[in-house]
Amino acid sequence: MRETDIAIIGGGPAGLSAAIYAASLGAKITLIDDGLELGGQLIKQTHKFFGSEAQFAGIRGIEIAKKLIQEIERCKNIELITNATVTGYYEDEVITIIQGADGNIMKKLKAQRIIVATGASENMLPFINNDLPGVYGAGAVQTLMNLYGVVPGNNVLMVGAGNIGLIVSYQLLQAGIKVEAIVEALPKIGGYLVHASKIRRLGVPIYTSHSLKEVYGTDWVEKAVISKVNKNFEFIPETEKELEVDTICLAVGLSPLSDLLWQAGCQMKYIVELGGYVALRDDHMKSSLDNIYIAGDVAGIEEASSAMLEGKIAGLNAAVSLGYRVDNFLELNINLRKELKELRANPLSEKVKIGLEKALIKREVD
Amino acid sequence: MLEKTGIPIDDDLKKVIPDKKRLAKGPVVIIECFQKIPCDPCAISCKFGAIKPFKDINDLPQVDFNKCTGCGICISACPGLAIFVIDKNYSEKESLVKLPYEMLPLPEKGKEVYALDRAGKIVSKAKVVRVQKIKNKTNIISISVPKNMAMKVRSIKVEDKNQ
Repeated sequence: MRETDIAIIGGGPAGLSAAIYAASLGAKITLIDDGLELGGQLIKQTHKFFGSEAQFAGIRGIEIAKKLIQEIERCKNIELITNATVTGYYEDEVITIIQGADGNIMKKLKAQRIIVATGASENMLPFINNDLPGVYGAGAVQTLMNLYGVVPGNNVLMVGAGNIGLIVSYQLLQAGIKVEAIVEALPKIGGYLVHASKIRRLGVPIYTSHSLKEVYGTDWVEKAVISKVNKNFEFIPETEKELEVDTICLAVGLSPLSDLLWQAGCQMKYIVELGGYVALRDDHMKSSLDNIYIAGDVAGIEEASSAMLEGKIAGLNAAVSLGYRVDNFLELNINLRKELKELRANPLSEKVKIGLEKALIKREVD
Repeated sequence: MLEKTGIPIDDDLKKVIPDKKRLAKGPVVIIECFQKIPCDPCAISCKFGAIKPFKDINDLPQVDFNKCTGCGICISACPGLAIFVIDKNYSEKESLVKLPYEMLPLPEKGKEVYALDRAGKIVSKAKVVRVQKIKNKTNIISISVPKNMAMKVRSIKVEDKNQ
């Protein structure tokens, strides 16, 4: 059977950062990703990132992915298994991997440490006819447009004014597609206001306290009905408005993809501020099991910049726990945690910080 | 209002617009960034120290308008596309607005385009004075607009010949 020091599951910003960091300490890494190419959601992000210079601020996500992938390719001690899904975790620390377009290659891997960086899945919204062709998740729209150059529709209603809804609306406009409106059930725009303003000044209205009620169409979406909602998110009668759209793009939040952590028996908790069920973890990103670490959206829905930092922390600590040495271990840990803390020191991160506090396992010694 | 519509209102704007005296002196930056988010490329990009260094990554940009030359380097550095340069002295009747632009096709120098306000409404016509292609693909378009439109116009609409 294949053996490795650290198996990293997921090749997005968290997994790539974890792999680079742990490999730099000398650990043998096996990185498993289900995509045809590495990078996770980064490879669809054509906008410039926020953060500080150390976190690639001002650089487009797609360029960040390129930089990380180049670094991965330079590391001789990183083995890649792409186009592969980890389907199971067994008590003897073996994971099973299904690979290939037909899923007909099965591999087993025994890893001393596992870093789960599986990311998140998109939430669905219940509304009438939500199974009509033309109803997409925002991630699917990004994949079609930004990876494959396929136009998803001609006239789009975006549901959700968080960062994903705002960013994908902007990308649709850049692709020459009309965005009819953005609806947001909350009374306020959830994403960065600079993103909202740049879409607004291109003529896209943002309706807060509004949601999508139903969609009409024979073979595909032909019309959408939006309506005002009250503070309990109930539709207010007689406030409906019809929009002529052929595409609905749902950007109504993400849920951590934590199945493997459940199966492994990590202590899990439903934390609404983090997007759903997450594994409890200490400030080294170690779960309640000594051999399993977590990083990125699976640990709580946040930004790519924080995912990369969590990945570094998980990579560093997983490698050190196996006896790999680095001179200034304590200092590195402190600095990475400080960077994370600074990233989260803004009003928009208040919720996440409450959630993280609930998910934290306090360690006795440092 | 900004939080509900994405459109900054006068109360927001008066915090970031320089006084009349400074505006009368020529090109100057206006940073329409009103929310604390972790982001500092504008301060790092400024070679004149006009955008003061951040103490905290989440600080709002603070501008020393007397140091600002209106060079516009921060326009393409801003990930939020929130920075503009206004020159009230451009000509007798017109002001110059420099804005970030990431759409295609790019406008052509010398041609007319529509000038849009912060809500995306066409408020006047504008003449394209300069098109700066920037390596990071946030290009800078300089347009001339009637003087009374300088504080309103924040985007452009280019007619696409192919459509």
